[in-house]
Amino acid sequence: MSGVFSPTRAKIKERTLRTDKWWLEPAITFAVLFSFIIYATFRAFEGANYFTEPLISPFYSPCLSQACVAGSTIFGWTPVSAEIFNFALSPALIILIFPLGFRMTCYYYRKAYYRAFWLSPPACAVAEPHTKYTGETRAPLILQNAHRWFFYAGLVFNVFLTYDAVISFKNSEGQWGHASVGSLVLLVSSTLLWFYSLSCHTCRHTVGGRLKHFSAHPIRYKLWTLVSVLNHKHQQFAWYSLAGVAFADIYVRQVATGAWTNFYFF
Amino acid sequence: MARKLNLRIWRGDATDGGLKDVQVDVNEGEVVLDVIHRVQATQMGDLAVRWNCKAGKCGSCSMEINGKPRLACMTQVASFGEDETITVTPLRAFPVIKDLVTDVSFNYKKAMEIPAYEPPKELQPGEARMQQVDVERSQEFRKCIECFLCQNTCHVIRDHEENKKSFAGPRFFIRIAELDMHPLDMLKNRKRTAQEEHGLGMCNITKCCTEVCPEHIKITDNAIIPMKERVVDIKYDPARMFAGLLKREKRN
Ligand code: SF4
Ligand code: SF4
Ligand code: FES
Ligand code: FES
Repeated sequence: MSGVFSPTRAKIKERTLRTDKWWLEPAITFAVLFSFIIYATFRAFEGANYFTEPLISPFYSPCLSQACVAGSTIFGWTPVSAEIFNFALSPALIILIFPLGFRMTCYYYRKAYYRAFWLSPPACAVAEPHTKYTGETRAPLILQNAHRWFFYAGLVFNVFLTYDAVISFKNSEGQWGHASVGSLVLLVSSTLLWFYSLSCHTCRHTVGGRLKHFSAHPIRYKLWTLVSVLNHKHQQFAWYSLAGVAFADIYVRQVATGAWTNFYFF
Repeated sequence: MARKLNLRIWRGDATDGGLKDVQVDVNEGEVVLDVIHRVQATQMGDLAVRWNCKAGKCGSCSMEINGKPRLACMTQVASFGEDETITVTPLRAFPVIKDLVTDVSFNYKKAMEIPAYEPPKELQPGEARMQQVDVERSQEFRKCIECFLCQNTCHVIRDHEENKKSFAGPRFFIRIAELDMHPLDMLKNRKRTAQEEHGLGMCNITKCCTEVCPEHIKITDNAIIPMKERVVDIKYDPARMFAGLLKREKRN
């Protein structure tokens, strides 16, 4: 018997006496993240329907594999072979580790999945089911400390995805100066990704949080103040940007399969 | 305009105890501590409850109300439904002494383990000068009233008694952060000891401390996560080590 049932503690048999719907939030988090994982896994392995001039799905960008369909690569640059050990590799699988690692090690998502998936704890003042707990002190969770590496990689990805949004302002013949629903979808999704990255705790730390003397670094102090404002909304940006990339992928897939028509404004 | 309130109060001591049902008058505007005092005055003369200020500033009346760690003097009875039974228990992370009173000495022990502020050697008393922007972050943490609700809610020790020896807890992470961000503190190894001695790595940033803090201190976002990032700077960031940036940072 440990935790709230330890011998010295007040003898109460319930794991929690909370009367509110404390299970609702972790249940919703679980449902949403789980659905996203299922969908993203299916899409990452699909290896098709990710490009339709001028739109590319964020799950497949940058497309670096020799398996990439014509037009989806960046100036034809395909440094990665189409298969590894005779196993056909979807172009998404090559790059997925970066956005996945970024979100897995994100301080906000950690909170979300430690609560919703690992029940550690399921909610505040609700006893967790585990008998042992070492937190993030040893492998594998000590790897959460690599968050800043994924943060840098995430910035590079944001540049690619912003580039994708910019070149989507073309028509399907590749002529500039056109705008479609698809270009807006990519623009919104890549903008949300920037907000997600810039509101990151590592970003806040890097721009100024690590300083001891703000007064000696007025510009970094200013940046830190700005990032702190965004940082308050990091949780929201985490969800909005996730929804943004998921929707962008769904949209591109629907257009690529012919289910939807990409409507052009001009 | 008194009405009757159904209250369940945990009564007992370290050996045994349980929830007791009582009915008590409650007036408009009263807080949970008021009705507990009325129970004490009219029905349970020996009910033990700790309190001092009744203004949310002394941090004595911490208990659990309908399972949530809260200050009894700041919890309005009206915030519950009229026919709802309100259950009050002592804090469930600390040893119970009697009824609603727990032994919170764990926290005083942890407080003593955090090295104090170390002023620059050359400064005489009264000579310290700091800029407001440099102390602002630390000032948020000075709002702490030491109610220990955060300590009580933190699952690292609430659910794992054995972790108490190696985990200082959120209240003391804000203390460490306060000093590490202090412009004149000269002690060098706060980041390293935070991780290696005070158990910062045990925290999985699930934010329950922030949720219960009556002073609304952003414990996780403004103290724990910044400290975790500072630990990454010195322990897990090979690029910074190679580049020798570390030395430059220390001079800041
Ligand atoms: S955020 Fe960390 S310190 Fe705060 S309650 Fe959760 S585990 Fe404990
Ligand atoms: S940090 Fe907040 S919850 Fe924790 S002891 Fe201080 S006032 Fe109480
Ligand atoms: S991306 Fe969430 S904290 Fe860095
Ligand atoms: S009695 Fe002082 S905080 Fe409640």
